[in-house]
Amino acid sequence: MTFDFVNLAYLIAAVLFILGLKGLTHPRSAVRGNLYGAVAMLIAVVVTLVDQELLNLPVLIGGMAGGAAIGAVFALTIKMTAMPQLVGLFNGFGGGASVLVAAAALMQAVGIISGAGAGGLDLQISISTVLSAIIGAVTFTGSVVAFAKLQGLVTEQPVRYRGEQIVKILVGGLTVAVAVLVILDPADMSLFWVLAGIAGLLGLLLVVPIGGADMPIVIALLNSYSGLAAAATGFVLSNTILIISGSLVGASGIILTQIMCKAMNRSLANVLFGGMGAIPEKASTDDIYAGKTKSTNADEVAMILKIARRVVFVPGYGMAVARAQSAVRQLTEAMEADGITVEFGIHPVAGRMPGHMNVLLAEEAISYDKLKEMDQINPTFKNTDVTIVIGANDVVNPSAREAGGPISGMPILDVDQSRTVVVIKRSLSPGFAGIPNPLFTFDNTLMLFGDGKKAVDDLVQAYKEA
Amino acid sequence: MDTSFVMILTIFALAVFVGFEVITKVPPILHTPLMSGSNAISGITLVGAIVASGSTTGPLAAVLGVTALVFATTNVVGGFLVTHRMLKKFKK
Repeated sequence: MTFDFVNLAYLIAAVLFILGLKGLTHPRSAVRGNLYGAVAMLIAVVVTLVDQELLNLPVLIGGMAGGAAIGAVFALTIKMTAMPQLVGLFNGFGGGASVLVAAAALMQAVGIISGAGAGGLDLQISISTVLSAIIGAVTFTGSVVAFAKLQGLVTEQPVRYRGEQIVKILVGGLTVAVAVLVILDPADMSLFWVLAGIAGLLGLLLVVPIGGADMPIVIALLNSYSGLAAAATGFVLSNTILIISGSLVGASGIILTQIMCKAMNRSLANVLFGGMGAIPEKASTDDIYAGKTKSTNADEVAMILKIARRVVFVPGYGMAVARAQSAVRQLTEAMEADGITVEFGIHPVAGRMPGHMNVLLAEEAISYDKLKEMDQINPTFKNTDVTIVIGANDVVNPSAREAGGPISGMPILDVDQSRTVVVIKRSLSPGFAGIPNPLFTFDNTLMLFGDGKKAVDDLVQAYKEA
Repeated sequence: MDTSFVMILTIFALAVFVGFEVITKVPPILHTPLMSGSNAISGITLVGAIVASGSTTGPLAAVLGVTALVFATTNVVGGFLVTHRMLKKFKK
């Protein structure tokens, strides 16, 4: 009877998780949705605790209290600009926990440590234990590398080396081979740890070669893995709530990965195994741009803005780096006070994780009504007087429309259709794709060189004085 | 055991479909909260950690259990909190 009670509670939790994710389909219902998720988690945890024999109460309480404290400190102190690395880190924790739970369950099953699950080893357990170990370990080390890159602890540049693909294939093959050994002889725990170690190495090798601008895809993929690892752990323990929640997250991560890949017009294999950033282009951009770009200053741009009726900002990762969000908000407010319509055109891969720019602008209390996705904003550019591109490059590069280039076919924001384009940029250096941007040479494009924050601050000043 | 395996496989398959249906409707503007929120949900491994460490005895089990508990709880508490913080900023 107790058993039924537990599964019933798990069912309620599962329904709440789904309702919670449904809440995230609109900003209005999103806060409530997240609370549903938290309540669902609480129900699942409390019911599981009550159902236990509680042999290790101090261990349970201590571990959870410690984790809750660490999690709370991270969540409450983190800056919104650091969100990508925080999510990356949390992904890693989830993956790491899955490996450890799988290990403990396997030890019980083969009788190395005594417990309720002892002696219940079958093929389902051994196969899912292996999957949990592999996916969990890849998620753990991959996320740690992603975190280190995003946090700037190691270089954000793609790290590529000769024979890279062969190394990855060898380690991948070795992972599968050891996995088979574990399934054949689950009682040998050292084999399990070897498997986790090799899978961890694989995660490392997969993420190290990937550069900063491809991070949205990697973070989304690791997000998916952390869910799949939880689902695999669910198969180990025959636990329904783990399976349901894990697969919801797995599906979510996969969808985001697909969206990001589509927005870059690249396949997942291309992101993971090479392509972009492989050969950093060293060609001098001086020849391409020489004499063709027009440089401008804050006063001139302020004059143009004064007579505009519709202005669109196109932010990119550079805005976040320069911490120019607040200046952008001030300029927006000043223009709106004059009756100018201001909107934001946000490319799906702008920033270092899906939706990154939206969070930064929302933090500046810019209404979410003004944050437009690519398909919404593109038809409006021809009616736009001024488009201000700040810290974005590849996502507004018109050469994506032509065949044969590294970003050909990538959907872009059609900023060049607006009457005037102001590009705020430090220099003419290329974006992540390493190619020149013809937009800078267009007749209707003005280059406002300088640090993003300072340039917009000056613009605010000039606008108010104009 | 066979039936039970097919049962949980069924649950898995259906949950994946539900996930696809629901998540496809999340707008790009909320993709970051979606990631951190779903990330918190993937901390459900916490339930597994409780099962694993609550029902075993011995120092080895305790070490594995505590580490898993700390990892998973950090994931859950941190994930939901930071998502809440973020979502509250989305205003009209």
